[in-house]
Amino acid sequence: MSEKREDAAVTNPARNEGAVLARDAAPGETLLKVTGLQKHFPIRKGLLQRQVGAVRAVDGIDFEVKSGETLGVVGESGCGKSTMGRLITRLLEPTAGTVEFEGQDITHLGVGGMRPLRRDVQMIFQDPYSSLNPRHTIGTIISAPFRLQGVEPEGGIKKEVQRLLSVVGLNPEHYNRYPHEFSGGQRQRIGIARALALKPKLVVADEPVSALDVSIQAQVVNLMDDLQQELGLTYVIIAHDLSVVRHVSDRIAVMYLGKIVELADRESLYKAPMHPYTKALMSAVPIPDPRRRAAKSERILLQGDVPSPISPPSGCRFHTRCWKATQVCTTVEPQLVELKPGQRVACHHPENFEDQAPQDTVLLSAAKEAATLVAAEVPAEPAGTSAAVAEEVAAEDGEATSEGTTEDGKQ
Amino acid sequence: MTELSKSGAAVGEPTTASPAPTAFLEVRDLRVHFPTDDGLVKSVDGLTFQLEKGKTLGIVGESGSGKSVTSLGIMGLHTTGQYGKRKAQVTGEIWLDGTELLSADAEYVRKLRGREMSMIFQDPLSALHPYYTIGQQIVEAYRIHNKVDKKTARRRAVEMLDRVGIPQPDKRVDSYPHEFSGGMRQRAMIAMSLVNNPELLIADEPTTALDVTVQAQILDLIRDLQKEFGSAVIIITHDLGVVAELADDLLVMYGGRCVERGPAEKVFYEPRHPYTWGLLGSMPRLDRDQQERLIPVKGSPPSLINIPSGCAFNPRCPYADVPKDNVTRTVRPELAEVGSRHWAACHMTQEQRERIWTEEIAPKL
Repeated sequence: MSEKREDAAVTNPARNEGAVLARDAAPGETLLKVTGLQKHFPIRKGLLQRQVGAVRAVDGIDFEVKSGETLGVVGESGCGKSTMGRLITRLLEPTAGTVEFEGQDITHLGVGGMRPLRRDVQMIFQDPYSSLNPRHTIGTIISAPFRLQGVEPEGGIKKEVQRLLSVVGLNPEHYNRYPHEFSGGQRQRIGIARALALKPKLVVADEPVSALDVSIQAQVVNLMDDLQQELGLTYVIIAHDLSVVRHVSDRIAVMYLGKIVELADRESLYKAPMHPYTKALMSAVPIPDPRRRAAKSERILLQGDVPSPISPPSGCRFHTRCWKATQVCTTVEPQLVELKPGQRVACHHPENFEDQAPQDTVLLSAAKEAATLVAAEVPAEPAGTSAAVAEEVAAEDGEATSEGTTEDGKQ
Repeated sequence: MTELSKSGAAVGEPTTASPAPTAFLEVRDLRVHFPTDDGLVKSVDGLTFQLEKGKTLGIVGESGSGKSVTSLGIMGLHTTGQYGKRKAQVTGEIWLDGTELLSADAEYVRKLRGREMSMIFQDPLSALHPYYTIGQQIVEAYRIHNKVDKKTARRRAVEMLDRVGIPQPDKRVDSYPHEFSGGMRQRAMIAMSLVNNPELLIADEPTTALDVTVQAQILDLIRDLQKEFGSAVIIITHDLGVVAELADDLLVMYGGRCVERGPAEKVFYEPRHPYTWGLLGSMPRLDRDQQERLIPVKGSPPSLINIPSGCAFNPRCPYADVPKDNVTRTVRPELAEVGSRHWAACHMTQEQRERIWTEEIAPKL
């Protein structure tokens, strides 16, 4: 890949064309800032199509992305991570909150107002089959950004497209081929080439590798890594695969039901997760090591499914599946606060840290089984509490199922 | 199921050609080829393995390596669908509990299917009929093989739903598939495939469509049910994490052939095929410290119409030139024993592979 590296360094044609909005953010400066972002999809019913409810896909999230870093966003399906990606690229109109890009509020810019910004914010999509127009050649697809933005790169569009193809590891002679002539991994490279055409500052990648085979996944992950170093890109990578996210991200946001529950540096998050959900999520990842099979007790098995985002549970949204939930969790929504430097958590009873609501000890009976499994393992400091939790929970007889969940959520 | 009497079902019990094997399931030199306009697609090209009752075999490989075609072949689901004149060409031998299935009467195999062997499919939403309730579908699967009235069958359906952990099974039995979440649908599928206590269960990517937390639940469920029913399980997946959780034995497929087979622990700790090394190196792992870079396998999987000559993996293999005389590109390597119950198909000598693994590959993982 060394010759590609030189390639990329030599020319930088798109950037010097046209009016660039603001100064380039230096590495480490805030590139994107999101405050109180919400997206509610209305549910309409009846003859008059009156709104009867809303799917609260994203329900008030705050975060920022610094220039040059990679923010990973993880969560189960339906947690709002893709909606979040579409909101920050302004493919969806937010219900509330603000999105600032390089200090400029872009929340309510119109189509025309967004156009110059489209150059700086690009997206890589999940499915390389449906995100490439089957009737267009690769040349047409990758040159579309130039035509739409009216940019004439140095040396002509064709030359620039061929350079991009070689940057992403494809043969420049394939300029005239159609998407169906490429394999899944190659198509994903085409999508990446298109996203990089205008030298964006921020690239939002929504599940960029989940549709690919393992061996191809690694190729694409490495490619995205190389491109970030060469071009100084900033990534927001949305994925459900925790091992991939750990590999690519500097900071990671964990989402649950439209909220960020934990936002932390990679190291802190994976070494000492503080939100019970993060902990459960990580323990659920199957480890490719047959010798670890005996250690099944390490696993926290969450019961049931994610509650509906139409009527999310009151208080902490995770309380219906959380083995540490107490009375306060059902009523007071925990705020995302910085408990350790670089680690923000929204939880009343965080792991690996002092309890945020110590006066409240009466446990809810939900997630009984989760607790029993945890008790077998958790080392040192939290062991006492978890074991106590397990005992108390085991003593109680409650319906620890998703049924209870939905009822709680409706109040 | 113990009460399954062969005499009742033996419509066309086959004559045995080669000696019947001792293993519960034995597949010998299975080939599944599909004639197409572009040429013969050799999806599975000479696959051999055994599986004992109560054991789990994991089949791993990338898309197009022939994993699913193998499972459909064992279930006898290839020959039945005949589109025009195109028919899958299935050859070899599949011995299930002393009976050869490929030469057996279709009606005989049909009676085994769903009773002695059953399958869990990847996508429960397309495998379940949207028009019938979950209960109706489980009852149908039960009543086809058992002469019981609807009430008994329904009780059995509720019992199975309860067993796989669906809350309020007596109510949910009347739900339609769309009313279930992904995880619950997969549970319902498992309930349906286990309703007749099959002795062989094939799970084809059972958790690929599910979230990790639900995946953990389903894997646990499969493990518990296997312990309870003592079935033989084949689990097909591309996720090495999933097989490491479940499988006793592992079979790595590439280009329609087995490149490595052996006890799971051997394949993970002493892999003897460069493709297995590639798979292990491609995977970011949560249980290890952060790798600097992943080590991907270069190139992409081969076309099954034009399988590379010699070793199918040679165009992607970094060690293709280690054996002399260009043998990797001309001669197809056969599976050779590299340890006890451990086979690999590679031209490199045992010593060369051992050295490369311990010196070059293992330290980087």
